[in-house]
Amino acid sequence: MREGTGTTSAAPGPQGHAAGGGHGQLDLMGALFVFMLATFIGIMVIQRVSRLLHTPLMSLTNAISAIAVVGALIVSAGKEAPTFITVLGLVAIVCSTTNIVSGFFITDRMLKMFKKRENGGAAK
Amino acid sequence: MSAETLVQLLYLVSTALFILSLRWMSDPETARKGVFSGVAAMLLAVAGTLAGVAATGGTHYWWILGAFVLGSAIGYPLALVPLTAVPQRTALSHAFGGLAAGLVGTAKYFLYYGQHNAEALAPFIVVALVAEILLGFLTFTGSLLAAGKLQEVTWIPQRPVTYPFQNLVNLLLFAVALGLGVALVLNPLAPWGPVAFGLIILLSLAFGVLLIIPIGGADMPTVISILNSYAGLSAVAMGFVLNNKLLITAGALDGSSGLILSIIMCKAMNRSFTNVLFGAFGQAQQKAAGGEEKVYKADTTESAAQVMEQANLVVIVPGYGMAVAQAQHKVRELYDLLKKRGITVKFAIHPVAGRMPGHMNVLLAEAEIPYTDLVEMDEINGDMPQADVALIIGANDVVNPAARTDKTSPIYGMPIIDADKAKTVYAIKRSKNPGFAGIDNELYFLDKTFMLFGDAKAVVGDLARKLAGEGGH
Repeated sequence: MREGTGTTSAAPGPQGHAAGGGHGQLDLMGALFVFMLATFIGIMVIQRVSRLLHTPLMSLTNAISAIAVVGALIVSAGKEAPTFITVLGLVAIVCSTTNIVSGFFITDRMLKMFKKRENGGAAK
Repeated sequence: MSAETLVQLLYLVSTALFILSLRWMSDPETARKGVFSGVAAMLLAVAGTLAGVAATGGTHYWWILGAFVLGSAIGYPLALVPLTAVPQRTALSHAFGGLAAGLVGTAKYFLYYGQHNAEALAPFIVVALVAEILLGFLTFTGSLLAAGKLQEVTWIPQRPVTYPFQNLVNLLLFAVALGLGVALVLNPLAPWGPVAFGLIILLSLAFGVLLIIPIGGADMPTVISILNSYAGLSAVAMGFVLNNKLLITAGALDGSSGLILSIIMCKAMNRSFTNVLFGAFGQAQQKAAGGEEKVYKADTTESAAQVMEQANLVVIVPGYGMAVAQAQHKVRELYDLLKKRGITVKFAIHPVAGRMPGHMNVLLAEAEIPYTDLVEMDEINGDMPQADVALIIGANDVVNPAARTDKTSPIYGMPIIDADKAKTVYAIKRSKNPGFAGIDNELYFLDKTFMLFGDAKAVVGDLARKLAGEGGH
């Protein structure tokens, strides 16, 4: 294996790596564990979502997948990166922010509409 | 506490909040808490990342702020679209998500390549990078195309577009992309690296289009769900590249959500994934249409109103036609008038009615129909024999009894709403043309079925008027 150089906390290359998301040394097994657990949790939690709410569920998960903004931030804030890389990161921030704002707002808008009993005009 | 620890702590709380957010979606009563939790989680995630970036020397903050503002300016109007446009907005959202992931992956590769950073381009990371751009860019173009089909943009064909050896061509392109990916994994810093990378991007973009183009409008609920999943998976890949457990978790949550919804959609159509993606449903219909001239029985809204007035239980089956006609508010009027007479009214919701999962529920909720009267197919089918009237509004395949009996029918095996078991059936339809599947709906030819031709909004409005006008009869 190429990364078998025996280093576990080697300081990587000269570029500034952001805490929490640079590249560091990939903790592969840890990451795989997390992926497996998260998938199982995801499946079990989603299976319990009411069928009535599948549309708002999808817009909510759209907003959640915009967590990609984290990666975009790390890329854009890089000090020693060439301009075009920073630009790529900034465009990615725009895309992700669009999803965050539109996803959460439209989900809430839809959820507000689900009412239980017939209301004679009085909102709960 | 070091910056790294603080960041990880914020990520930890953020992750928990994301999980809770989805947990609260289990019931409409708690669902809004889910949105607040999600927003909080996202804010923590961004705050944590900014903290981490600042601690290790970041820059371009003003540009980043500008990007946030621009994103918000685009996102907010998108949240205000009419609810009938939610499927398109959702598809567009997937496109943005895929693009973001693809761009970040590209940026990372070129960054490491420019620094000749062999350690950063370790095999597993390159694998994750290739996965990220493949998923990201194919989701981008695929979702744009899906959004176009849903919005019925004129130059995008609604019917499936097929050509000979289609699946073979797709497979070949995928194999080439995979081959390039393997080459990159083995030799990421090679001089041809950027070219290979660029080629994979182009292939992914093409792949997205080719994958979606043979899929027809009626299969969109499944396709949107699958693309939802891919967008999440591309975020997971990003998480592996950046060694970021928050990305992995949040991406996995989105991925599994899309997966579950796709499975539900496929089961509801009784077709497998592969059949939806590669089966080009549209082709089967050419053989099924035609046959002997069958006779419809049409009726007036006057007599339909009279029959409904005498009913004890009315089941309304909404479909895409109701959405297109924006008839949901008229339906509410009808609902109110029937309830006032002590008639029980229920709505039968088929999982794939509409153009995305749960679409009908939102439209009816918008019309302020209590969600307790929206009943899932499996539950309502038991009551259908007791229904005095089944009113079909713009739904077609989901009530076609051929799905039960006709082995040659393209919809054979699909679970349907047993509208044909009701005592009387009224079907509102725009014209005599066959529905999307291009096949005849046997329900229409039963003795107890009467057609009410016209635009859904107009017909339902008329029914409501007739009901209101009929004082004590």
